Amino acid sequence: MAAFITVLFDGVAYGSVLFVISVGMSVTLGLMRFINLAHGAFAMFGGFTACVLADRWGVSMFASLPVVLVGFAAVGAVLERLVYRWVSRTRPLDQVLLTIGIAFIATAVAGKIWGPYPRRLVVPEVLTGQLHVLGVDLGVYRLFLIGMVLVITAAMHVLIERTRFGAQLRAAVDRPEAGAGLGIPVNRVFTASFAIGCGLAAVGGVLGVGTLGLDFNFTFRYMVYFLLVVVVGGEGSILGSAMAAVALGVFDVVGKYYFPSVGAFLIYALMVVLLLVFPHGLIRRGR
Amino acid sequence: MTGRGTGGTAAALPSDRWRIWDTALWLVPIVAYFAFPDHLVLGSQVIITALFALSLDIVLGYAGITSLGHAAFFGLGAYTAGLLAAHGWGEPLSGLACAAVVAAVAGYLTSFLVVRGSALVQLMITLGVALLLMEAANKAARWTGGTDGLSDMTFGQLLGVFRFDLAGRTGYAYSLAIAFGAFVLVRRVVSSPFGLSLRAIREGAARMPALGAPVGRRLVAAFTFGAALAGIAGALLTQTTQAVALGVLDLERSASVLIMLVLGGTGRLYGAFIGAGLFMLMQDYLARRDPVYWQLWIGCLLVAVVLIGRGGILGIADALRARWAGRSAR
Repeated sequence: MAAFITVLFDGVAYGSVLFVISVGMSVTLGLMRFINLAHGAFAMFGGFTACVLADRWGVSMFASLPVVLVGFAAVGAVLERLVYRWVSRTRPLDQVLLTIGIAFIATAVAGKIWGPYPRRLVVPEVLTGQLHVLGVDLGVYRLFLIGMVLVITAAMHVLIERTRFGAQLRAAVDRPEAGAGLGIPVNRVFTASFAIGCGLAAVGGVLGVGTLGLDFNFTFRYMVYFLLVVVVGGEGSILGSAMAAVALGVFDVVGKYYFPSVGAFLIYALMVVLLLVFPHGLIRRGR
Repeated sequence: MTGRGTGGTAAALPSDRWRIWDTALWLVPIVAYFAFPDHLVLGSQVIITALFALSLDIVLGYAGITSLGHAAFFGLGAYTAGLLAAHGWGEPLSGLACAAVVAAVAGYLTSFLVVRGSALVQLMITLGVALLLMEAANKAARWTGGTDGLSDMTFGQLLGVFRFDLAGRTGYAYSLAIAFGAFVLVRRVVSSPFGLSLRAIREGAARMPALGAPVGRRLVAAFTFGAALAGIAGALLTQTTQAVALGVLDLERSASVLIMLVLGGTGRLYGAFIGAGLFMLMQDYLARRDPVYWQLWIGCLLVAVVLIGRGGILGIADALRARWAGRSAR
């Protein structure tokens, strides 16, 4: 039983990393309806940046988080202005092709700079070790990841549902022209939302170096997982994404641990079934 | 894109009469056979990939279904032909037919999951089905060889006469003949009333039921047809290379065939051939020098196609021709 709880806990932690990376996509894909298959590239570069900061200047993981968040939000904003905006929001195929192209470029650039070997990142000492709770060993770092999920879910929920910016974003998404008519700076709201998503993805990339592994092929390896979290979670629903990410993490880890012969098969089957049963995701945003 | 048949008094079906440049284009692979006798193995891979891209053109270019998992059917065809040969059924043409049937059945079943959803759901389901099949092939190593693939197979002589040779002469001619047959069939289908209704659904699916067209059934038929052709392409690859690798099912294959088709131009038949030819030759040239740079190139190319060159190479050619025609008319 204790072993099962440990595996379950591992799954939840794994899902937590998936969530932190995908939450930005929940905004860009779920709300803004932009299919960004290159989303994982921001996580990958975020992870690499933290590794470089740690190797060169001895910056700790904690300190690199805000740097990466702000830095990649800025990169995201610039990319949105220069590239993403010019692709029609009504032509999904163009979005798919453009962002696959960007994912290829990111993979090639990362492979050229950092080579084929996976990277490691030293976790701060505070977060290492184990806690004994009711006879079960829980890794401190995993608890920290779960804490991050709770914080980010709450923050994003408040941002989207309770703030002026969130109201502007929801209005701009549902009725861009009417929103602009009311004086909402639609383009700026989109740029800002995209930037937030990219920054959070980079933070998730840093947090996930130990859990997901980090090498130049990261963008493509996890592309399906991030898509899955958002599409199964529901359009733009932060809570739905969190649930989907944790469920995905648990199923994946439990499946690989207890049914190694089935492997990833379980996840993909789950994905197809969930998409058929809930074509609009677990939680559907009301209009 | 508007139908060519809409001019004049009565809306006629688009003509599928063979024009001179059709013949000219099909002379290219025949000339290549004699001009590059040392590169026939690459040549037959180009032809097979072009056929695969053509099958996606039916699904994406004509029926407008976004698929990021078309390799599922290519792979099914490849494994069907491979497994048949590995178990002693090495006759190529019947192997091809079996592969087409298996892929068509899979396509038919998948199509019901695909046709109703939005583009995003279509993308996810096709992707999911392809990943599912790949994982299944990976785990069923007893039959498929898993990551090692299948290579212990022998194929009989084609039509009882032609042996598959090392230089790939038979493979090349065989692939070309099958691709040509498929092309003629597809060309006939897309200029039939059925093909026209597919285009109409792509342009405005909401209005088609008002005209009495069963949208769902048409899309199911198109998806099944595309899947069957992809299965034939996969079986051809197995038969000409005498091996199946797990890669026939992977995301890279689904993505690259999509890229080729878009590069050449969707919904234009020849776009598949031009895109596949260009892509494969570039890949052969660039990837041999440095695979990383190849990825960079293909990424830049995709971004450029989306941002600048709508409609791919044939789209640009059409735009140039229209401009030239406009100027000469003035």
